[in-house]
Amino acid sequence: MLQLSKSDKDILVLGIESSCDETAAAVLKGGREVLSNIIYSQIDLHTLYGGVVPEIASRKHIDKINQVIEEALRKAEVTLKDIDAIAVTYGPGLVGALLVGVAEAKAIAFGTGIPLVGVHHIEGHICANYIANPDLEPPFLCLVVSGGHTHLVNVKDYGEYEILGKTFDDAAGEAFDKVARAIGLGYPGGPKIDKVSDEGNPEAIHFPRAKVGESGYDFSFSGLKSAVLNYLNTLEMKGEKANQADVAASFQQAVVDVLVGNSMDAVEKYGAKKFAIAGGVASNKHLRAAMEKACAERGVEFFLPPPILCTDNAAMIGCAGYYEFIRGVRSGYDLNAVPNLRLGER
Amino acid sequence: MRIIETNSASETYKLGVEVGKNARPGQVYALIGDLGVGKTVFIQGVAKGLGIDEPVNSPTFTIVQVYDSGRLPFYHFDVYRIGDVEEMEEIGYEEYFFGEGVCFVEWANLVDEIMPKETTWVTIEKDLGKGFDYRKISIR
Repeated sequence: MLQLSKSDKDILVLGIESSCDETAAAVLKGGREVLSNIIYSQIDLHTLYGGVVPEIASRKHIDKINQVIEEALRKAEVTLKDIDAIAVTYGPGLVGALLVGVAEAKAIAFGTGIPLVGVHHIEGHICANYIANPDLEPPFLCLVVSGGHTHLVNVKDYGEYEILGKTFDDAAGEAFDKVARAIGLGYPGGPKIDKVSDEGNPEAIHFPRAKVGESGYDFSFSGLKSAVLNYLNTLEMKGEKANQADVAASFQQAVVDVLVGNSMDAVEKYGAKKFAIAGGVASNKHLRAAMEKACAERGVEFFLPPPILCTDNAAMIGCAGYYEFIRGVRSGYDLNAVPNLRLGER
Repeated sequence: MRIIETNSASETYKLGVEVGKNARPGQVYALIGDLGVGKTVFIQGVAKGLGIDEPVNSPTFTIVQVYDSGRLPFYHFDVYRIGDVEEMEEIGYEEYFFGEGVCFVEWANLVDEIMPKETTWVTIEKDLGKGFDYRKISIR
């Protein structure tokens, strides 16, 4: 058994993330102190194609990964010799993109003997809250909303999660992307709808708030997307033009209402004292405001990461990896990318 | 070619259930239709027909979702974001297409050069002249 020569608070973790759009590396000290957080985003490239083009994603990850890791080490003023563990996202995500990070992490671990820890991407998003809020400790409830995920999670302890609700079809961020495409806003849909909604009336059109599943905490956004398209089609048949800002604001309100509604039902049922949001859609300012208000009304402490920690980044992966590492979790050199990895599975 | 007309999401779902019940190992289906036409509803029916009880999420993010809890393995693809068929090779599509399960490939027209000859093509179309919820579903 390897004897750790450092105390937990001095442990340095190199985090690596490449599950979708971003190629990222970060160095964290003691799990929550970010010494560096380097993100190379492919968003501009993808804007051309109206979405993530994975083929491009994998190639760009390969081009950039060494560069972002070197930059992360340099900015943190450390070398690989100082690193105690390497944490890497191994799922869920696009397989070609994930493989780049996993292969890189394994190569460094094998070459240096530094222990390797595979991290679940959603666990990383949740842990972004630990970085942003040094005093936050489990248990708490967390809503993870992004382009690929919509999960309402009971964070019972470090590394211990129970999924209370999830989407039955499209992820929240995916609905934003698809509706943005339909109303001519383009990619990335989330920030664009958020912005144009400022000019619109959220009550102009009533779009459905879907209730699905038996738990009461599940989500469905495919029907909402269809409702928006039906509305646009109806106007088109009448020869009328849709008010883009009103459609965006009303759609966004429907999404926010469902996310807040299900979350607060869970907060009440579980008697949660703390509630957090995470993931790319957690940057949406209407969602942040509505969630903050709903929590305040219930006397629940509300946590949210700054936008730089909401987007895919490696600091959150380093943080999640840190808590796994100090619990004794290690991955072997046979660690593989698992595109459909479920939260709580190893 | 078989043409089925439906007038509600639940009718489209039921057709999916029927297709799922009759699906056989090794079959590949292509599913074509615009955003919001009901591809998700149809696929959820297929999954039900295969005896899968878990939710069928959109595979847009991961390209393929695998379900093992039904009568047959079910492989649900969404290749909308595929830029190049090489990417399909990278995710190992042949193992799914030529395996023992049932494949459904949304937006298969984007990768038609790799679709097997025996593929069953399912196309869902709207015709707003025939009403809002009207769908023409062609299977060939």
